[in-house]
Amino acid sequence: MNITSYLALAAILFSIGLYGVITKRNAVMVLFSIELMLNAVNINLVAFAKYGIFPSISGQVFSLFSIAIAAAEAAVGIAILIALYRNKGTVEADKYNSMKG
Amino acid sequence: MNKDWFVLLVLLPPLLAFLLMVAGRRILSKRMTSLFGVLSTGISLVFSLVLLVSSLRSGVSLPDWEFTWLTLDKKPIQFGVTLQPLNVLMLVIVSLVSFLVHIYSSGYMKDDERFTVFYSYLALFTFSMLGLVISPNLLQIYIFWELVGVCSFLLVGFWYFKPEAKRAAQKAFIVTRIGDIGLFIAIAMIFAKIGSFELHDLKGAIEAGKLSSGMITLFAILIFIGAVGKSGQFPLHTWLPDAMEGPTPVSALIHAATMVAAGVYLVANTFWLFQASSVAMDVIAYVGGFTAIFAATIGIAQTDIKRILAYSTVSQLGYMMLALGSVGYVAGVFHLMTHAFFKALLFLAAGAVIVSLHHEQDIRKMGGLWKKNKGLGWLFLIGCLSIAGIPPFSGFFSKDEILLSVYANGRYGLFIVGVIAAFLTAFYMFRLFFKVFAGSHEPKTARVPWSMTGPMIVLAILSAVAGFIQFPTHFLETWLITGGMKSLHGPESIAWIPVLAVIVSLLGISLAYLMYGVNKWDSRRVAQAVPWLHQCLVRKYYVDEMYHSLIVLPLKGFGWLLQVWDRYVIDGLVQLCGWISMRVGKIGSTLQNGQAQTYALISVVSFVILIVSLLAGRLFG
Repeated sequence: MNITSYLALAAILFSIGLYGVITKRNAVMVLFSIELMLNAVNINLVAFAKYGIFPSISGQVFSLFSIAIAAAEAAVGIAILIALYRNKGTVEADKYNSMKG
Repeated sequence: MNKDWFVLLVLLPPLLAFLLMVAGRRILSKRMTSLFGVLSTGISLVFSLVLLVSSLRSGVSLPDWEFTWLTLDKKPIQFGVTLQPLNVLMLVIVSLVSFLVHIYSSGYMKDDERFTVFYSYLALFTFSMLGLVISPNLLQIYIFWELVGVCSFLLVGFWYFKPEAKRAAQKAFIVTRIGDIGLFIAIAMIFAKIGSFELHDLKGAIEAGKLSSGMITLFAILIFIGAVGKSGQFPLHTWLPDAMEGPTPVSALIHAATMVAAGVYLVANTFWLFQASSVAMDVIAYVGGFTAIFAATIGIAQTDIKRILAYSTVSQLGYMMLALGSVGYVAGVFHLMTHAFFKALLFLAAGAVIVSLHHEQDIRKMGGLWKKNKGLGWLFLIGCLSIAGIPPFSGFFSKDEILLSVYANGRYGLFIVGVIAAFLTAFYMFRLFFKVFAGSHEPKTARVPWSMTGPMIVLAILSAVAGFIQFPTHFLETWLITGGMKSLHGPESIAWIPVLAVIVSLLGISLAYLMYGVNKWDSRRVAQAVPWLHQCLVRKYYVDEMYHSLIVLPLKGFGWLLQVWDRYVIDGLVQLCGWISMRVGKIGSTLQNGQAQTYALISVVSFVILIVSLLAGRLFG
């Protein structure tokens, strides 16, 4: 197995995540999509740590940090979402437009 | 006795009066204002008479007095005073007429709200005109020349709330401006050529033969263009009749006696320049002669009392130019003087007629005034007789001198023109006289105050007797050319010319009497016999219409084009810029809709574009 397959997988995963972030109307789905994008990055980190030009364990360590932070981010994100849901009574992302200039 | 100070005493009182009236225009009463005005010009008159006496007594010209005003490129530019006999004569004429008009105005303008303003303009004008006639150099002449122009503008437009007066003031200013440009070019060229504005330097340069004859002709003609504008000669005469919209004292002072004569004075003052160029002399003579007869024919058909007098002024100024162009220096200046007296008289009398008929100016509605106001009738009659050239009134002598010098100069064609113009002058003046004073009308008249009658009496006496300073002793001639140009001696008199002039004038008067005095010949029948000619004269040969369609309309069209260009092209470009910025802003603001997903999309798209363009740069750059 060479690095290309891992990178391709990561790229596909990232693109799916990006597509989800941009198109999904449900805010929960958007959060999920963000998780997908984060995990695509994690795959990249691990792949480079194993098959990169300078293989090093620090890549895997980095991905562990990233997963931990992603968990925290998801918790915060869902907390905000719940607060928003309580305020607005909806989880549709395109109804959240209070940033409108 | 130090003459330097004397001249300042002539010049400064009107200036002081002007400053005083401007400063105190809210507090000075009408009585005080007129007192200041009359007093200041009175002082001027007294001192110019003193100068006149000393000039007459000394027998030579008084010394000039100059100081350096500023130095331009190492060439001194001077200010000063010159007191040749011509200058002294003009000083006396200007201060005298101005003095009388100041007195007259206190009666004529007594009900005007802006009385003080009127007097301050009059004082400023008097100052400027006095300054003009004693200027020894061209720059100073030009400064005062423009100052009198400004005063003329202000006074013609004095009743600025009347649209005609406003238009007339603008016209007077713009049309004389055209002439002034000629004078300005002449002054600039003379300075470039001989490096001095001084008249005596110019004279010296001509006498030393430093200037080519073409150059002299050019200078002379350019200066003459200035005189044409100011003195209302054809083709720049159109402003003068319109200037009659101003108050009547103004017409008498500025547009009959003094300012319009400034052109004649300028030519007389630089007469050696014109004498050095026969072409220039021809131009003056022909322009003058043509103007004399041209304006006289228009005068026949006009119906406004002041306009008739205005055309008569144009015609008489043409006479003066004709005299100057025929080397009749003395004749021209002499006529300038007598004309100042009798035309000022006629205007003041016309003002009195207007006042006594409750501001009626149309002579068709006048008549029968003789019975009501005999005194005024006599005064008017003296003016008419004088301008018509009936001996022993002054106009006879000066007109005779002019005809004589034209004849002696060998300009027989112009001589005939002059004689015909004399006939026409007598005719239209007495048409005016009979229309106003004869007839069986019983007009309701208002009283003419003494402040108006007094000046008229003085002028009437002067009009009656002023001719005798040149006849039979040639006193004026001897004095005017003291120490000066021997070539200016007038020709020997020829007996048949005055006889012819008188006969012609009497013919004109009798024709006017038959047509308007006793109505034996109906003037309307004459007008109906040649309707096109009558119409042509009434419309002043369509000169105004011609200028309107040839100059004003094309200029207006050009201005309209420029406006269209400005409004739609220049403004369009500016608005396009604004419109583009606005559209960009609009598009930007629709993007900023508060949807985080849209923002993300934009970021992604922009990021892709960035990467693609960087790659493209790598590949192709």
